[in-house]
Amino acid sequence: MVDLSEKIKELRTKKATVELGGGQAAIEKQKSIGKMTARERILSLLDKDSFQEYDLFVKHDGRDFGMDKKDFAGDGVVAGTGTIQGKPICIYAQDFTVAGGSLGLHHARKITKVMDLALKMKCPVIGINDSGGARIQEGVGALGGYGEIFYRNTLSSGVIPQLSLILGPCAGGAVYSPALTDFVFVVDKISKMFITGPNVIKTVLGEDISMEDLGGARVHAEITGNAHFFAMSEQDCFAQVRRLLDFIPWNNAEPAKVVSSKEPSTELDIEQVIPSDPKQPYDVRDVIKCIADDSDFLEVQGMWAANIVIGFGRMDGKTIGFIANQPMVLAGVLDCDSADKVARFIRFCDAFNIPLVTLEDMPGYLPGVDQEHAGVIRHGAKVLYAYSEATVPKITIILRKAYGGGYIAMNSRHLGADFVFAWPTAEIAVMGPEGAANIIFGKEIKEAEDPAAMRQEKVKEYIDKFANPYVAAAKGFVDAIIEPKDTRAELLHALKISALKEEHRPAKKHGLPPF
Amino acid sequence: MENVDNEFVDFVMADGDYKTKLTQKYNQRTKWSKPVEGEVLAHLPGTIIEVKVKEGDHVKAGQLLLIHQAMKMYNRIVAPIEGIVASVDVKSGDNIPKDYLMIKIKPE
Repeated sequence: MVDLSEKIKELRTKKATVELGGGQAAIEKQKSIGKMTARERILSLLDKDSFQEYDLFVKHDGRDFGMDKKDFAGDGVVAGTGTIQGKPICIYAQDFTVAGGSLGLHHARKITKVMDLALKMKCPVIGINDSGGARIQEGVGALGGYGEIFYRNTLSSGVIPQLSLILGPCAGGAVYSPALTDFVFVVDKISKMFITGPNVIKTVLGEDISMEDLGGARVHAEITGNAHFFAMSEQDCFAQVRRLLDFIPWNNAEPAKVVSSKEPSTELDIEQVIPSDPKQPYDVRDVIKCIADDSDFLEVQGMWAANIVIGFGRMDGKTIGFIANQPMVLAGVLDCDSADKVARFIRFCDAFNIPLVTLEDMPGYLPGVDQEHAGVIRHGAKVLYAYSEATVPKITIILRKAYGGGYIAMNSRHLGADFVFAWPTAEIAVMGPEGAANIIFGKEIKEAEDPAAMRQEKVKEYIDKFANPYVAAAKGFVDAIIEPKDTRAELLHALKISALKEEHRPAKKHGLPPF
Repeated sequence: MENVDNEFVDFVMADGDYKTKLTQKYNQRTKWSKPVEGEVLAHLPGTIIEVKVKEGDHVKAGQLLLIHQAMKMYNRIVAPIEGIVASVDVKSGDNIPKDYLMIKIKPE
């Protein structure tokens, strides 16, 4: 007769061995640089006592290079399910203490198993990346593993939210899974992402650069735009994840959590936020604070392409995607980076049925050879595509400047906005007064006795005639000219009217956005 | 409230100067300069393996000027135009950075 207690004891011993990962020494090394272990990370992120692990006893089947004699605890990854806010989550965390978190075929299969589960159960999937890369000894098997992850990232895209936490190195092929997911979180001094590392770059190009300068957290938060959220510690990062999940829905068929509506809590006066001179800067996030429930706003990609602000807030307790030109940075122009940033955000909100509120104040596109040569045409086109394609409620408030191509791009009536409102300070025109005067009255200015005085006179003439919202309103391009203090009330009304919005696009396999 | 702060700089757009902040990436952008005809620049950092011409030589467009090793490859660098070699600023064994002016050719 089998002794049950013996069998239970055996199971417990086996589990304890595997749960120790790469052993005490490796764990201590991990902790010495401010990192938690894979299991600790999952446990601190999920609701208390909610984690159920799967595939604890999965083993690799590598036979070459002495691999047949090596056992890797859990094959270097911890995978399972749990809850956040009491709702289901699929999660995996690579374990750097086990063979450097290197990815082999069975390691990858543990990941794809929870990814498949997430897609089936229609819940978010969270990946915690901390890996030296492909397990070279497994050869092409490791590459196949990456491919199977990327394929599932793509299938799940737009169905369930996918979050990537970069809590260690994430190099080579490994970087493409996070890049395919919706939100990437990085932690200062801990995250490192790059395709080719400093050693290869040194050998091939002779360029000497540290890992941190090449692909550290700040680089991806500020320069590349690969990261959406930047934290100073792993605990801060987990708080950011939970806060994001508070705003977004669990899948594309379910609405986001609705909370009770709250008036803005800010003491800012919306009429005082914006300087009357269209060339003076201000922080457009102050306007969002004057509009959003409880003045609560979760900014996304706040450090990158800061000339446009994107993020989540609530109105009447429901999640809203806010988009706003930021006059405080690069005068709020659209450029390659800000176009990429806003287009992807619009597509996320559209995929997950989050209404869009756009606050416009921008002088146009960034001039410069570097921008033109970097392809500002195809990048800028993404904004037009994303707004036009989106079928969620789309509301625009023109605060101040709406010049030229920027006016069209920022969710104009012409791209299918449901409602366009303008403040009396709005200037909706083909270009700014000074530029326009130079072109329209160029000859008169040049030939005048006092060109400077004539120029000033013509600029004033243009301002009086065109630098206002009434010309556009006369054509029906603007639905209503509203007083700044009524902005929140008008938005709440428009959102209420849009609540049952249904709009369809021509049937197609898929469109061809300019990326 | 006219917000004029010292951290804001003048930013020139088609219709005049805007007060705004610049980003690190904007400040670090590479400024474009017009390429000069006859200037042969290194397209990658690398090592000079062999120089085939000297000052005063007459070269035809497409003629081999030097061998430049970069990305583990021997790259044949040829004359972009016909002319007289005005200067040679590299010798065999030199390690040079990207965009280094290697050879200048004066059109005839």
